[in-house]
Amino acid sequence: MAPPSSRHSSYSKKAQYSVFTGYLLAGLGALLGAGLLALSLWQPSSFAPLRGAANDVVAPAGEGTAMVRNETGNLFDAISGYLSAGSQNAALREEVELARIRLEEAKSVEQENERLKALLNLAEGEAEPVAVARLVGSSSSSSRRFAAIGVGRVDGIEVGMPVHSARGVVGRILEVARGSSRVLLLTDSESVLPVRRAKDEVVAFAEGRGDGLLRIRLINLGTNPLEEGDLFVTSGAGGYYRPGMAVAIVSEVTSDGAVARLIAEPSATDFVSVEPIFEPEAVEAAATPIEEPLAE
Amino acid sequence: MERLNPTARADRYGSRINRVQSPWRALTVPYVTIMLGSLLPVLFLADVMPVVPPIAFLFLIGWRIMRPGLLPLWVGVPLGAFDDLFSGQPFGSAVMLWSITMIVLELIETRFPWRGFWQDWFTASLAIVAYVVVAMVVSGASMTPHLLLAAVPQIALSILLYPVFARMVARLDMFRLARSRRIA
Repeated sequence: MAPPSSRHSSYSKKAQYSVFTGYLLAGLGALLGAGLLALSLWQPSSFAPLRGAANDVVAPAGEGTAMVRNETGNLFDAISGYLSAGSQNAALREEVELARIRLEEAKSVEQENERLKALLNLAEGEAEPVAVARLVGSSSSSSRRFAAIGVGRVDGIEVGMPVHSARGVVGRILEVARGSSRVLLLTDSESVLPVRRAKDEVVAFAEGRGDGLLRIRLINLGTNPLEEGDLFVTSGAGGYYRPGMAVAIVSEVTSDGAVARLIAEPSATDFVSVEPIFEPEAVEAAATPIEEPLAE
Repeated sequence: MERLNPTARADRYGSRINRVQSPWRALTVPYVTIMLGSLLPVLFLADVMPVVPPIAFLFLIGWRIMRPGLLPLWVGVPLGAFDDLFSGQPFGSAVMLWSITMIVLELIETRFPWRGFWQDWFTASLAIVAYVVVAMVVSGASMTPHLLLAAVPQIALSILLYPVFARMVARLDMFRLARSRRIA
């Protein structure tokens, strides 16, 4: 396409100046952007209030799309369910029988657990969730993995609170605004979560890889005890997450750990609940420099 | 009297009698589409990898390439700042990258004033690849091969969608310049 006007600078001083000014302003803008970028990489929370205010405005629109997303997801599940209904029915029936037996066993274990805890004077129960909300959106065009929920400071949300769905851990609160919050999903490449294998005490870190899978990094190096299908749950270390919440299942064993798949995929969940921080004292202690004594 | 052809006094922007272009519409449509493009990806839930193309950026280069001179050279600053509020990138990344994009596209335009659509698509593809990769580098994520691999579908989709966006920009440009205001 030909340029609509003659856009090369002519002999006119005015035209030359306006071209020059355009370049100058754009160059200054790029420098300004670089400065802002450096500032926000150095202090990631410095623009959080601005972002929060903007997300407060968009969050209500997200509620609508979240509802549509859940409905269409259910529709696809229903259609695919019809295709394999017969054979699945028999298999499920058998599985339910077994699950019932296991459930009764689990109940007795739970009771015994409670009794033992009572003996030890450990008062610990299910934490009451701070809020229940829909995931209203995400940073779907960026390489970071953030999600937004439609509850915020007015609902009692605070930074660091764990977010989970009915299946397991989804992430934790990163920034809080008045009526919306940003969630750091487990799949983000900056997310690290202390986990342990559900059946024994193999402890590890679950790090996001940035492509939807988690990397399980064992803390104790040596022979790799992991196997495909191992379930990892939160270990409670670090103080943010209550121990025993499901996180991931090993899908591939590597030389120094494993690659694991998420159990609670955010896009497949409709509601998530935000729980209070498991051990606020531990989080505070971890944030306090070693030289300072902890306030009692 | 013989009936006149009803389109005789109209051009592609509508009837030329009694109608003028609305200055509001002519000046705001590009900015509104780019800002809507910033808002739209927020509503998708991508938990695995970036899948939605950077719609605002596609609109920006679409308007810049299809209508040179319409957007001022410094437009990356305000529009980029708006995009940064919603994109999940650290604040300032779009301000910087969009400003650099505008300067580079301006330089390309002064070097190649006569261009065809294929060349525009090629330019836009280069801009998209560079933008997505650099945005990933400055996003604060730790760079891994998996992260780069996860961005490939997004880049491919964005490049393939550029002609669609160019068509949309052309349509929006017709809407922008339509003679909608009635003069008494």
